[in-house]
Amino acid sequence: MSELAALSNSYQNWYRFSRNPTAVIGLLIVVLSLLAALLAPYITPFPDHVGAIVDFRNRHQPPSLEHWFGTDNVGRDILTRVIFGLRVSLMLAFVVLVIAVPFGTAMGLLAGYFGGWTEIVIMRLTDIALALPPLIMALAVAAVLEPSLMNAMLAIASLWWTWHTRLVYSMVRQIRALEYVEAAETLGASKTHILFREILPNCVSAIAVKTSLDAGFVILIGASLSFLGLGIQPPTPDLGTMVSDGASFLPDYWWESLLPGTAILFVALGFNLLGDGLRDLFDVEDVR
Amino acid sequence: MTVALEIRDLVKTYPVRNAFGRVSGEVRAVDGVSFTIPSGGVYGLAGESGSGKSTIARMIMGLTAPDSGDILIDGTSILGTRDRARVQMVFQNPGASLNPRRTVGQSIMVPLVAHRQSGDHTGRIGDLLDMVHLPRHFTDRYPHELSGGQKQRVAIARALAVSPRLLVLDEPTSALDVSVQAKVIDLLEELGRRLGLTYLFISHDLSLMRNFAQTVGVLYLGKIVETGPADQVFERPEHDYTRLLLASVPVISAEEAAMRPVIPLINGEMPTAKDLMALRAGLNAKETAR
Repeated sequence: MSELAALSNSYQNWYRFSRNPTAVIGLLIVVLSLLAALLAPYITPFPDHVGAIVDFRNRHQPPSLEHWFGTDNVGRDILTRVIFGLRVSLMLAFVVLVIAVPFGTAMGLLAGYFGGWTEIVIMRLTDIALALPPLIMALAVAAVLEPSLMNAMLAIASLWWTWHTRLVYSMVRQIRALEYVEAAETLGASKTHILFREILPNCVSAIAVKTSLDAGFVILIGASLSFLGLGIQPPTPDLGTMVSDGASFLPDYWWESLLPGTAILFVALGFNLLGDGLRDLFDVEDVR
Repeated sequence: MTVALEIRDLVKTYPVRNAFGRVSGEVRAVDGVSFTIPSGGVYGLAGESGSGKSTIARMIMGLTAPDSGDILIDGTSILGTRDRARVQMVFQNPGASLNPRRTVGQSIMVPLVAHRQSGDHTGRIGDLLDMVHLPRHFTDRYPHELSGGQKQRVAIARALAVSPRLLVLDEPTSALDVSVQAKVIDLLEELGRRLGLTYLFISHDLSLMRNFAQTVGVLYLGKIVETGPADQVFERPEHDYTRLLLASVPVISAEEAAMRPVIPLINGEMPTAKDLMALRAGLNAKETAR
């Protein structure tokens, strides 16, 4: 019975989701990029062009049947490098969010539910963190330590959790005053039960929407960092680095900069559309 | 007859702050309220919104701490204790008191787990659903799949899960359709008889209270201004505020309208002492004119 109900429920949700064209396009883009990134060594035409390979006879080739996205200034296939570059972008988003979302959510739950000093300390910390743009923070960390993907990820994550803390905090403040939380209190439920079983499930949809939107933003920040030369270091393919390298050959060899840039746009757009679609889906559910 | 609930001189004040956050005065939400409910009895607490009804309920449930006074269940004070299994509450709006993301079964499970009841929880949930006349398979339903009356039955089943002695009913039917109200009240009466429950029934619905409660207390600005057997209070109200409340009960037929006291209707705001004095003067003038 419950399996059946859950199944029909998820089918209804999928149906509503599938009626929203932008959401479906977003989901398609996200799934395709994930698949492409995972299967990169098998689907790319020149997997060995990932490394420090130089083929000067083929440098600056325009897009053709052999090289769909053309070749770069040392003759490497740009399509291959774009697909491998997705790996870096998606990994960056994944690692940042895997750190920031659970930590930020936990902090928001604590601040919103317990109030008092817990709230003051946590929320003032978020105020400080929110005043620092993540890109600037990553620049500072790269300057003090050394420019690497790991440092960039940690720098972004160290600020990013505060967005989730603010979101969850405000939701907990609202939900805490609702009757079902009071009901649970009068029924003798423990604080852990109330936080994780009564309040958190009602925040999950908002967190999911925000996380999906965030993925797009984190990818953009990562691309900006590597555009500035502070992300992952060559020869590992990275979309931001490719845009940066190709920029010196604009406008004659436009594909070297423009096509990796378009790839960044597509992935970020995909996550944003997906986030918007999820938001529409959950909004309907909450009204129901 | 033993006393199930005793409220002794309960006081709760809230500070009033001005625009700068400075305390400029206080509101006495509950101002020296005392009453007792005999075991198995139904006590009705009547009053408008703002009269302090819900504050009393919250203090009994331990959601708000009183400034002074005492609350005793079966002769022992429950203030400062965490053990509230003997008293449970049914909230006003079942749409809000059930978590939308948890199934009926999960909601009813909460008190069973919280009070470490051993044994077969699934079976117990089924028995509780039987008790409130809901089919057992509702345990897998979500609140949005139920009607208002069904949701309130679930809330009642949840309150009964730990076999309480006293049930605080905070306007348990005011969020329901009129047709459903009577059924929920019938169910409460039946359960009260069968399980020997004591009820504290809080409502502004006086006609309902007259049918359901044996004793009523009328609450006005945090004080009980009139108390006594339900019939007596409603037939021969002694306090002006009780008359005012009775006069504001909507009636349907012309005969009923003719029967009720002629009093300028209240407008939803809490009447001040000045209003009541003016009302009394008006009534006296009318009496002498006759």
